[in-house]
Amino acid sequence: MQLFLPIAEVSVNAFLLVGIGGIVGFLSGLFGVGGGFLITPLLFFIGIPPAVAVATGANQVVASSISGVLAQLRRKAVDFRMGTVLLVGGMTGSALGVWVFARLSAIGQVDLFVQLSYVLFLGFVGAMMLQESLRSMWRARKACGVVVRRAHVHTWVHGMPLKMKFRASGLYISVIPPLLIGAFVGFLSAVMGVGGGFIMVPAMIYLLGMPTKVVIGTSLFQIIFTTGFTTVMHAVSSQTVDLLLAMMLILGGVVGAQFGARFGVRLRADQLRVLLALMVLAVCLRVAADLVLRPDELFSVTAGRLP
Amino acid sequence: MMRRLALIAALLAPPAAAESIVAGLSDSAVAITTDFSGSEIMVFGAVKREAPLRSDAPLRVIVTVEGPDTPLTLRRKDHRFGIWMNSASVKLPAVPSFFALASSAPLDQALAPYEDARLGITLPRRLQDLGLMDGLAPDQAFQSALIRIRQGESRFQVKEGAIAFTEQTLFRTDISLPAALVEGNYKVRIYLTRDGRVVDDVQRVIWVRKAGLERFLHRAAQDQPLLYGLAALLIAALAGWAASALFARLRW
Repeated sequence: MQLFLPIAEVSVNAFLLVGIGGIVGFLSGLFGVGGGFLITPLLFFIGIPPAVAVATGANQVVASSISGVLAQLRRKAVDFRMGTVLLVGGMTGSALGVWVFARLSAIGQVDLFVQLSYVLFLGFVGAMMLQESLRSMWRARKACGVVVRRAHVHTWVHGMPLKMKFRASGLYISVIPPLLIGAFVGFLSAVMGVGGGFIMVPAMIYLLGMPTKVVIGTSLFQIIFTTGFTTVMHAVSSQTVDLLLAMMLILGGVVGAQFGARFGVRLRADQLRVLLALMVLAVCLRVAADLVLRPDELFSVTAGRLP
Repeated sequence: MMRRLALIAALLAPPAAAESIVAGLSDSAVAITTDFSGSEIMVFGAVKREAPLRSDAPLRVIVTVEGPDTPLTLRRKDHRFGIWMNSASVKLPAVPSFFALASSAPLDQALAPYEDARLGITLPRRLQDLGLMDGLAPDQAFQSALIRIRQGESRFQVKEGAIAFTEQTLFRTDISLPAALVEGNYKVRIYLTRDGRVVDDVQRVIWVRKAGLERFLHRAAQDQPLLYGLAALLIAALAGWAASALFARLRW
């Protein structure tokens, strides 16, 4: 069934859109990543103009994140206090990111910068997670399936002032590291046009030492607000949110997120991390290939208003 | 001005143009609705003549359809520092979003270059007339890339010999409009030529407009952007909540 999208002004298959939404929603519910780093390239691929893809993708991420958070909430796996602290940092970082993005647009190298940061961050985060999670899986197997988890590891994070209790995460740490992480992720998400879950999740696990189960819900909670903010900003400044496209993606996304959250319960935390690491690396390699391999068509046509 | 001069010249010329076109369109309006997936427009007509048919040189028909202009940016990638990055770019303020040309004979027989230069009929000529090629002039590759990419998207079409022209009197051709259509007025121009010279031409317009839900959403996004954005958020939130509530009820 072909559907003509009013803002994107292209005709696409409705089932394809629901399918894309479903897959991304599934991964979102499973890993706690918003899926922005997947849905935007997928929409480019089926011919949606980039500006519409970025703005509408953000709207879809809002829906699947809400669906995912509510599923996690039933398992009491959302740390609202930590989420709020991250959010405060995130908004600050995002404001800075918007400014840098505007500067880069003026120079005309936004595409390259976005692609390079994709490769750099996805590659770094993916490789780090893969190495760590494989090692912990291997260790668990050696210990005859008994995972030894130390209840309390003191790192540099614990030496800072302004300590706060995060009961859901079982942490008593300074608010400075979460604020900084939030700001950094907010900055990147404004520049790269993604929710930032794929950076937020590993940062919460490895830098803050939060338990994996709580991380997913908390990350999604924070993503709702950043992507919600992005959606409204795009709707107001460039009118690029396509409601019809969003509705199709959302339909698939919210259902997919429920299945993802359900499926995630059956997986062990280290398996979950290996899968997320592999997926992040796959996207990284895909973007890197575009940069390194000679493209079939050296020229490109971008329609749209002149800035 | 050029055209008026040509008209005066034609009127003064001894064997006055005794042949003219009568033309029609199968549809003069296209409504873009939710299930729109492209459209076929038939352009048809006949040659009206007051003198018997001349036998020295055959008549030819050329039909062009041109969509509204949109701005665009052309970019070229180059290999720098081991990666492919956009290096050169050209911004064009107004390029036809759609252009189709059909003719009853190969173009080199149907149209003389000087007539093309005068009236701006073929695509490369149109682009030049619009002043687009000034920026592209030093690099011919940009112009051919633009035409190549747009042809791949069926936005630019050239079909020589696609017009059925019966007894040098009745003609018809189908123009297929792609699914990715820009709203606006599409100008249909029909030229009658003999020996490459334009004998007569007429213009028609196809109205392409969004309708129904398409129209409503498009207008809402333009006129009430903040409300529209908040509505998008509300829909997302409701959908997320509904799915979660539904699946909780299922208890699986």
